[in-house]
Amino acid sequence: MTKQTNTHSASQIQAQPPLLEVKALKKYFPIQRGFFKRVVGHVKAVDGVDFYVNEGETMGLVGESGCGKTTTGRCILKAIAPSSGEIWFQDPNLGRIDVSTLEHEQLIHVRRNMRMIFQDPYASLNPRMTLLEIVGAPLRAMNLASGKELEDRVAEMLRRVGLRPEYMRRYPHAFSGGQRQRIGLARALAPQPKFLVCDEPVSALDVSVQAQILNLLQELQEEMGLTYLFVAHDLSVVAHISERVAVMYVGKMVEMATTHELFMTPKHPYTEALMSAIPRPDPTPRDKRILLTGEVANPAKPPSGCYFHPRCTYVKDICKTEEPAFDEISPGHFVKCHRAAELNLSGVMNLA
Amino acid sequence: MSDQVLAEIKNLHTYFYLAEGVVRAVDGVDLTIKAGRTLGIVGESGCGKSITALSLMQLVPSPGKIEEGEITYYQTIHQTESASTSNVIEITKLKPNSREMRAIRGNQISMVFQEPMAAMLPVRTVGAQIMEAIMLHQQVNKVEARERAIDILARAKLPNADRIVDTYPFQLSGGMRQRALSCNPDILIADEPTTALDVTTEAQILDLMRELQREYNMAIMYITHNLGVIAEMAQEVAVMYMGKVVEQTDVASIFRNPLHPYTQALLRSIPQLDDVMARAGQKKRLETIKGMVPDPYSVLPGCSFHPRCPQFMEGVCNEVEPAVIEVEPGHIVRCHLYASRSTKARAN
Repeated sequence: MTKQTNTHSASQIQAQPPLLEVKALKKYFPIQRGFFKRVVGHVKAVDGVDFYVNEGETMGLVGESGCGKTTTGRCILKAIAPSSGEIWFQDPNLGRIDVSTLEHEQLIHVRRNMRMIFQDPYASLNPRMTLLEIVGAPLRAMNLASGKELEDRVAEMLRRVGLRPEYMRRYPHAFSGGQRQRIGLARALAPQPKFLVCDEPVSALDVSVQAQILNLLQELQEEMGLTYLFVAHDLSVVAHISERVAVMYVGKMVEMATTHELFMTPKHPYTEALMSAIPRPDPTPRDKRILLTGEVANPAKPPSGCYFHPRCTYVKDICKTEEPAFDEISPGHFVKCHRAAELNLSGVMNLA
Repeated sequence: MSDQVLAEIKNLHTYFYLAEGVVRAVDGVDLTIKAGRTLGIVGESGCGKSITALSLMQLVPSPGKIEEGEITYYQTIHQTESASTSNVIEITKLKPNSREMRAIRGNQISMVFQEPMAAMLPVRTVGAQIMEAIMLHQQVNKVEARERAIDILARAKLPNADRIVDTYPFQLSGGMRQRALSCNPDILIADEPTTALDVTTEAQILDLMRELQREYNMAIMYITHNLGVIAEMAQEVAVMYMGKVVEQTDVASIFRNPLHPYTQALLRSIPQLDDVMARAGQKKRLETIKGMVPDPYSVLPGCSFHPRCPQFMEGVCNEVEPAVIEVEPGHIVRCHLYASRSTKARAN
């Protein structure tokens, strides 16, 4: 197995500062009860998340629904304000800035370089706007173009995502799911950003259309030098597109490593269970499969110690009382588990 | 016992008559459902896989209609533990809302849906909904029905079944709701039951379905677009495209020796983990199928896949509809490429 690419990206980590660095990010949603909307508790959707994304790479963010991966993506753009934490972004015009501290005016400037595409290609496009208005909206809002120039840039953008510029005057209802995802991508890329949060961009699409969109994302990344945070629950898709992957569980980051390392030699029991649960398009029977028991912990009432301990097969006494740290156990490989060093966990290949 | 045929679908045509034209959702489908076996049906949205299943239940939504074909159900009536008699029922002849059809539906042929939340009434407790199904089909009183409901929930590996019986659907998680729906019918139709769930929950549900199948020798018709799930669940696979079964064979042959260009293209367009790992970080593009599924009103001459097919043959594929060809025993394909390899070609 060749390892050159991995060591190469590991050396890059040290060489230049990451494009995005998230530190101790938290987002708590209040639970309100009664007439006076008294706050009776908090849903800890994101509960102290640390990670970084290097320039030009695709970072996969995986975890079960409700684990906080979408909320994390939204906090990074300050689409929703984080409760606490730092979001350091290397902006080409503004320099290294903490997005969480920015207010309205500055946010508009930053959002020229940080954009987002969404899961549902039907709900995320205004049905009363033409493609020209939809794709041109960010350019107009940021005063980047108007009139003829705006139209030219929209036409160019549509061409780049594989749509005909003549479609400019049409409305979204005339397009299929895959084409709508292309429209969403054109809108996100119109101001020529550096960084794109892709929130489940292909999970609503059919298999053959999914492949077209994934290829398009890779082509655009190479052409425009884009960096992606790719949020998804389909692990095969994430493995295909990402250089590095981070795993979340109940609002916390439990593991982060290069794709190859994470899938081949996971160090967190939850990652191991995820790997074993991936349905594989191969009818060869697999003998070893880890079935998690119980349900995902409630983020409003998380368990003590390590949040994964009630479902973990390797649980020890310390796991029930003490929360493990998110430690770098080898260069670029971070794990939040008390037993990371001693456990010998199975990756995707030894399960086959 | 294990190869006992429970239902046969022959030349099924289910059409929808809309203002914009006729949608041939199911256009000549033949399938056989066997006890203790799982038949996987794969295809992209709009290929007719769900409508095939709904036809089997006589639940085709209006303005859809079963236009042609037969659905024969071989009903087993258990008289005692050992003795049972068989009863042949022609489902297409029954009225959708007739007493007989309602007795079969839910009791002997049952369905699990894609969206567990939408499939249950939000205003009644889980127990009440299961009890209703039990009392409709079996001669039991309320107390007995409640006990059976608790038993069903416990068998579905739900913790604290006696408490869950009194909860409302919104109080349960997706995976729990999905489990609460499964009973023990002869034929279980599962229409994308795990697409709304996460991988670990999905693994639990798949495991549960296999266990119930072993225990009750239940036949499963598993509808999905996820080829990974098919590989794990099915013994037999039918690939559908635009209302037709384009290829059908055992699960190993579908993955190892796919014949139809559409099946081949589908398999190549999904990211394969082994392949990704072997590349060790090197990026690669996926192979795609050019174009997209044609709009449902169109009736294409010849093979309906010809505009997208990489092995398109001018003058043949766009003119003559391919016949069903049995290339090897048990491996059928609808494609002109195999015309010469047929053991016995039958026009359909």
